Amino acid sequence: MIYALCFYLFATITVFSAIMVISSRNPVHSVLYLILAFFNSAGLFILLGAEFIAMILVIVYVGAVAVLFMFVVMMLDIDYSELRKGFQKYLPIGGLIGLILLAELLLVGFGWGLSGPVTTDPATAIPALSEMSNTEAIGSLLYTKYAFLFQMAGLILLVAMIGAIVLTHRARPDVKKQNINDQVMRRRGDAYDIVKVKPGQGLG
Amino acid sequence: MADLLVEFFQWGFGVTLVPWLAIILGIVAGVLAIVLPLLLIVAMSVYMDRKVWAAMQMRRGPNVVGPWGLMQSFADGLKLFLKETIIPASANKFIFLLAPALTFILALVGWAVIPFDAGVVLADLNVGILYIFAISSLGVYGIILSGWASNSRYAFLGALRSSAQMVSYEVSMGFVLVTVLMCVGSLNLSDIVMAQKDTFLGVNGYWFTPLFPMMIIFFISALAETNRPPFDLPEAEAEIVAGYQVEYSSMAFALFFLGEYANIILMCAMTSILFLGGWLPPFDWEPLYLIPGWIWFFGKIFFMFFVFAWVKATVPRYRYDQLMRLGWKVFLPISLLWVVLTGLFLLLTDKIPA
Repeated sequence: MIYALCFYLFATITVFSAIMVISSRNPVHSVLYLILAFFNSAGLFILLGAEFIAMILVIVYVGAVAVLFMFVVMMLDIDYSELRKGFQKYLPIGGLIGLILLAELLLVGFGWGLSGPVTTDPATAIPALSEMSNTEAIGSLLYTKYAFLFQMAGLILLVAMIGAIVLTHRARPDVKKQNINDQVMRRRGDAYDIVKVKPGQGLG
Repeated sequence: MADLLVEFFQWGFGVTLVPWLAIILGIVAGVLAIVLPLLLIVAMSVYMDRKVWAAMQMRRGPNVVGPWGLMQSFADGLKLFLKETIIPASANKFIFLLAPALTFILALVGWAVIPFDAGVVLADLNVGILYIFAISSLGVYGIILSGWASNSRYAFLGALRSSAQMVSYEVSMGFVLVTVLMCVGSLNLSDIVMAQKDTFLGVNGYWFTPLFPMMIIFFISALAETNRPPFDLPEAEAEIVAGYQVEYSSMAFALFFLGEYANIILMCAMTSILFLGGWLPPFDWEPLYLIPGWIWFFGKIFFMFFVFAWVKATVPRYRYDQLMRLGWKVFLPISLLWVVLTGLFLLLTDKIPA
């Protein structure tokens, strides 16, 4: 009973906060609701016994991605009436994409029901929880069978990151930067010379 | 815990508890057994911190309230409690009050998975270390929300600095955790402690192995994560007058303050669990095991806390670009290299844990 209660609690809050993400007026509130949605999905994963995925969800999405969202959203200077105008303009295409997604989700759902059990029995591929914790199970699958795909996904992310940096980086020659190596390597003789000045002659 | 409670109620009041009530009561009792002593420790650690700085600056520190000034923290707490909670007119009230509560709660919930002794842990999670990492990565929200909700430039600058700083140092901290995990082969904190028994020459703990540089990086990242000097840029009082805390008064401020110290002690506990051997005595020598494990554990936390105070008393604050350089250009490559080296070492010496 407690299990069902927890599930409905997490599920309700997830759906509610997902709705609030798109309907709240203040973008910072939207990000906060997004975080709440992430949290409750993590709770759902824990109920499924997938504690590793739950923790990774919190670390990656809540701890890093949502922080960056927040960072950006807080610095935006947003005119809300301007946003409303955009809402009218983008409603048709947004609605279309939403409909397509909904249709696909429904198709997946129905297709699953029609085709019967997938492959033989998915549970046979997964070792029992008593033999192997799911962290180990994920690791042993990800780094053996799917090692290539995993590495490729990592490389794609790396390329995307480098691309973003290259596109947005501009070299500013007028900015003075500290070079700590230069500072540490600087010796007494580099900065000044000691000149013996003879009386009456000056440095001429 | 639950069985014990059922027995206790039967013996004391002649009432048989319903199982689910016993479980809930057991959890609540466990939480209280951790949180109440923790709050006392937090109060005393503030006192110790001030005493250590005072000693290092040749002052006497708090010495008026109570014997040797021991009651100073309680006096400060009472003073804060009696002050007025001021909410700025242009602040976002809900988030403004949510932020300090969040900081405080997050600093407390991390303790749920800390093993104080063999088997003495509230929640023996399989992914304990990820839990701690997740909780500590959430700590940034308390600061960033308070900075934004205050609607003040100083607070906002502090929040921006802090979010960038904490996200940056989390990365290298994550790699440090990975090196330890590769040596242990488990994410469970109790397993991590037990794996450190007699690591090398009878010394308990990873600090006496080639993981020592990782311990230094973890410690410095912990300083940055908890906004302690030399990384206290989010509250740099000389430039942005206490940063994200500037609009807070009374208990809202106290929650930030206590949360910060609870976080520091949590980080000390993590350092002792990951590198100093947790509840194990420093050397694998039979008579040392006669002393209970929790005493060793708290002794290690005490030592790490002293080092925290020591750093604060002696090191000047970093400049922002230096902070970013240290995080991304020094710690990240070193810890990444160490992950590769540790993996190679384990592979070549055939020591990969099963």
